[in-house]
Amino acid sequence: MTSKNLEISVGAFVLAGILALVVLALNVSGLSYRADDQSYYLFARFENLAGLSERAKISLSGVTIGRVVSITLDTEDYVAVVKMAIDKDVPLTTDTSASILTAGLLGEKYIGLSVGADDELLINADEIEDTQSSIVLEELIGQFLFSRSE
Amino acid sequence: MMVKALINRVRFMGNGVLNISAGVGRAAWFFIHVLSWGSGFKAPFKRLLQQVYQLGVLSLPIVLVAGLFVGMVLALQGYHILVGYGSQEAVGQMVALSILREFGPVVTALLFAGRAGSALTAEIGLMKATEQLSAMEIMGVDPFKRIMAPRLWGGVITLPILTVMFSVLGIYGGAFVAVEVLGIYDGSYWANMQNSVEFNEDVIKGVVKSLVFAVVVTWLAIFHGWNATPTSQGISRATTATVVQASLAVLALDFILTAVMLGGF
Repeated sequence: MTSKNLEISVGAFVLAGILALVVLALNVSGLSYRADDQSYYLFARFENLAGLSERAKISLSGVTIGRVVSITLDTEDYVAVVKMAIDKDVPLTTDTSASILTAGLLGEKYIGLSVGADDELLINADEIEDTQSSIVLEELIGQFLFSRSE
Repeated sequence: MMVKALINRVRFMGNGVLNISAGVGRAAWFFIHVLSWGSGFKAPFKRLLQQVYQLGVLSLPIVLVAGLFVGMVLALQGYHILVGYGSQEAVGQMVALSILREFGPVVTALLFAGRAGSALTAEIGLMKATEQLSAMEIMGVDPFKRIMAPRLWGGVITLPILTVMFSVLGIYGGAFVAVEVLGIYDGSYWANMQNSVEFNEDVIKGVVKSLVFAVVVTWLAIFHGWNATPTSQGISRATTATVVQASLAVLALDFILTAVMLGGF
């Protein structure tokens, strides 16, 4: 093995390693910078998130159009503030409503949007007014038991 | 009589403890010495290249084939478990997470210990037995700089690269079995995976794991070679010790690293 061939094979080895890392980043972990420049941000306030987490998907008619960027607590009203990144190609009207839903019976939580009939559109950093919190199973059972005992 | 026997026991134990601490001390001194290229950080680039070739490029076939088969068998097993819950689409997520977090770093490190670690020990041990190391010292050539350091750094560079390649091959092998053989929809295999795999959480932590394994495996290999009794039996014993200790160290460290990374402690 001459020195030149050795250098070429080591170089190819390291390059292949870097390529493999790029494949892992883009193809496997779905890391993309698209979200930063091709989406706009909306806020929504919920009384109870009940298991909604960051990176949860946001869907409209079952199609994923964005994801949850961050979750913070508003310490004045004590409600959760969810920041959402929505695809730029999807315009939403100002009377859009957001609700926290569950995929399947035990699946993960996601935010489902439904569009209204208004003409005006939401722009970056707007807030979705009409929100519906997640249904917490324990509260539902509690209400049921309470109404039965009366 | 009784007292004397008791004292002898205690003495025996003290001797053992001293031996162990001396061994640990020697290994630690050796590690620091090798890591800093003997004396000063002047790296003989050519020798490093040679070692990356020996340890990395020549290990590629076994690592890639192993990755392919591990991914394929994971997909097969995962499918048969998940299909009972009607969620066979999650097989992509299962294959990717288990390979990135565990199988990639651990299996590659075990293969590396067997394929490259044993060779390192035997090579350096034979150098010692044939007094090449002493000859170098007499000529004023630092064997740490010329022999040990390029090997340690070669291993540290090589193993993470091998691990990443193993993971890619495994995930694509899993995709082949899941999509082509078992008939899972192509889109849901990848989408499920991309939803659950996080680059910083899973990929990077796997690479960090393999970096730790690389240091430990290569260190043990060259230390055992350097420390070997210079006879044929001594070299054979040192080679065995390398493979056994490196494998156990990888498995035990994997538990500790996982516990720390998952934040259980």
